Amino acid sequence: MTPDNRAAYWRANLRLVVGCLIVWFICSYIFGVLLVDALNIVRLGGFRLGFWFAQQGSIYIFVALIFFYAWRMNKLDQKFDVHED
Amino acid sequence: MSLQTLTYFVVGASFVLYIAIAIWSRAHTTGDFYIAGKTVSPVANGMATAADWMSAASFISMAGLIAFLGYDGSVYLMGWTGGYVLLALFLAPYLRKFGKFTVPEFIAERYYSRTARIVAVICLIFISFTYVAGQMRGVGIVFSRFLEVDVTVGLLVGMGVVFVYAVLGGMKGITYTQVAQYCVLIFAYTVPAVFIAIQLTGNPIPQLAFGSEISGTGDSLLDKLDDIVTSLGFTQYTGGTKSTIDIFCITLALMVGTAGLPHVIVRFFTVPKVRDARVSAGYALLFIAILYTTAPAVGAMARYNLVTTIQPGEVGAADGNLVYEERPDWMRTWQQTGLLRFDDRNGDGRIQFYNDANAEFAQTAASYGWQGNELSVDNDIMVLANPEIAALPNWVIALVAAGGIAAALSTAAGLLLVISAAVSHDLVKGIFLPAISEKQELLAGRIAAAFAIMIAGYLGFDPPGWVAQVVAFAFGLAAASLFPVILLGIFVKRTNKQGAIAGMLTGLFFTYGYIEYFKGLFLKWAGAPWGENVAEHWILGISPEGIGVIGMLLNFAVAIIVSRMTAPPPERVQHMVEHIRVPRAIEG
Repeated sequence: MTPDNRAAYWRANLRLVVGCLIVWFICSYIFGVLLVDALNIVRLGGFRLGFWFAQQGSIYIFVALIFFYAWRMNKLDQKFDVHED
Repeated sequence: MSLQTLTYFVVGASFVLYIAIAIWSRAHTTGDFYIAGKTVSPVANGMATAADWMSAASFISMAGLIAFLGYDGSVYLMGWTGGYVLLALFLAPYLRKFGKFTVPEFIAERYYSRTARIVAVICLIFISFTYVAGQMRGVGIVFSRFLEVDVTVGLLVGMGVVFVYAVLGGMKGITYTQVAQYCVLIFAYTVPAVFIAIQLTGNPIPQLAFGSEISGTGDSLLDKLDDIVTSLGFTQYTGGTKSTIDIFCITLALMVGTAGLPHVIVRFFTVPKVRDARVSAGYALLFIAILYTTAPAVGAMARYNLVTTIQPGEVGAADGNLVYEERPDWMRTWQQTGLLRFDDRNGDGRIQFYNDANAEFAQTAASYGWQGNELSVDNDIMVLANPEIAALPNWVIALVAAGGIAAALSTAAGLLLVISAAVSHDLVKGIFLPAISEKQELLAGRIAAAFAIMIAGYLGFDPPGWVAQVVAFAFGLAAASLFPVILLGIFVKRTNKQGAIAGMLTGLFFTYGYIEYFKGLFLKWAGAPWGENVAEHWILGISPEGIGVIGMLLNFAVAIIVSRMTAPPPERVQHMVEHIRVPRAIEG
């Protein structure tokens, strides 16, 4: 594997990490904390939406996010041929 | 069979299971002892991590805490789960690729420094001991409540069981015991929750019941709860009292702290591949989320049950409150433990439960003839008394006892193992006696584990006054000391020895100093706390619980600036960073 190739792999990894972090931040800190009062006007069944994100939704999204990251990284490993055998 | 016999039977059976697993999976090499020989499947590691992570506090106290905090309790829910995203994205796969035994070992090699290793060991030991003291206490308390034995006896039995499987089995024994403990604790947690959800809303899934209508009324649980608690002078359940910046910082400190806790990080050293480390973090959080999404539902349902039991009629009506003599059996039972207390201040023979600290509500309360809140409720009851409140059979109560003990033991064992590894691998083998053989190191690890158990038992038996304060401290410290330098070590190649040491020390002392200043830890003799712990005095309005975030930012800033001003790390270290960034071994 050439140094250039390695740098490209690392850049692609960082892009994915930043993308995941943005989702992580939005579902917890934006929806669950900063905008909680505004979102609480909206209802989700018996929940106020902001409250739901803070006590339920953010956790579901965190779980999905890690599996998504693991899946995308595995594909990236294959693409750059750095996967383990 | 009486409840007590049944509880002895269930708890005893769970102990036999744990010890049998330990004997089956005992450690033969240091690799087995420290990292289970890197043979744990990602799913099993996910379960073990979940049990490792979810402590007596998560199992016993969290739902009750949320029940009384309402929205403000979200800091624990988001804070103690979101950290796994950081762990998966920033640490777990790279540290697995590094492929050694301990967190201080990574810091030592990445920063080519014994000083850095010693600083890391000090942080690790402090974080882990403060934590483990609470766990041993938890074991003692569960024993004394459910089995009616002395707290000390409970503590000694708990120590004995951990001793057998941690000393004998090392990480390998702990891992498979934790898998069993996870199954016990999650079953024990969800069964009562499901029954209460059915009774209250008709929906068996607690996460959905949380947002459902209460059977027989047209109102949703949360709306109804908001109405009742505000009519009693409490803060709206779905609203909160903490400032937004404080909520933000506490959540972030707990998340980063989680990702920086050594006993959690080290679990990801035990899987066979880098790929497994990534997905294993997902399984860990999935297993944790089962409890963490149930807990707020349990909290809301328990609060509703409690309030409507005490206040069956209209608020303010003469006959709106529960007559003391007609209180349900579970209240009688838990009164004996002192976790529930009643004091008839206005002498009307009925129980009033309201917020008498709310000055605006005082006049309304006085007009009802109420002369102060009459019921005090310990948070822990919300989970422990749930099976009785829901009138569930005795085997469920016995199961909850076994679940609480499983939660406490699994966390204690994980913590004790990282302490013993830090002593035998980082201090003895790494610094003082590098010449010892593997066999001798394994023996040193076992001796260190035995000593750590005794110290933890002592701390649990006679907790220093600061144990209650230490959760904030352990997380703040992990966030401010270990997490930033590990992350920089992987993502910023230019970070060097000087930067890392300066960063860790800055984060450590700033965070410690702030908590000492407002809460008082070790310097009580010198007059600590010196500052009144109120929002007006805090830096930027951030409480000591959330200050780890500022400590973390300082750590990052100092580490980066100092590294820029000093020589770059040597060639071989830069090469090592390149090496841990890709899953497959790189040539040259």
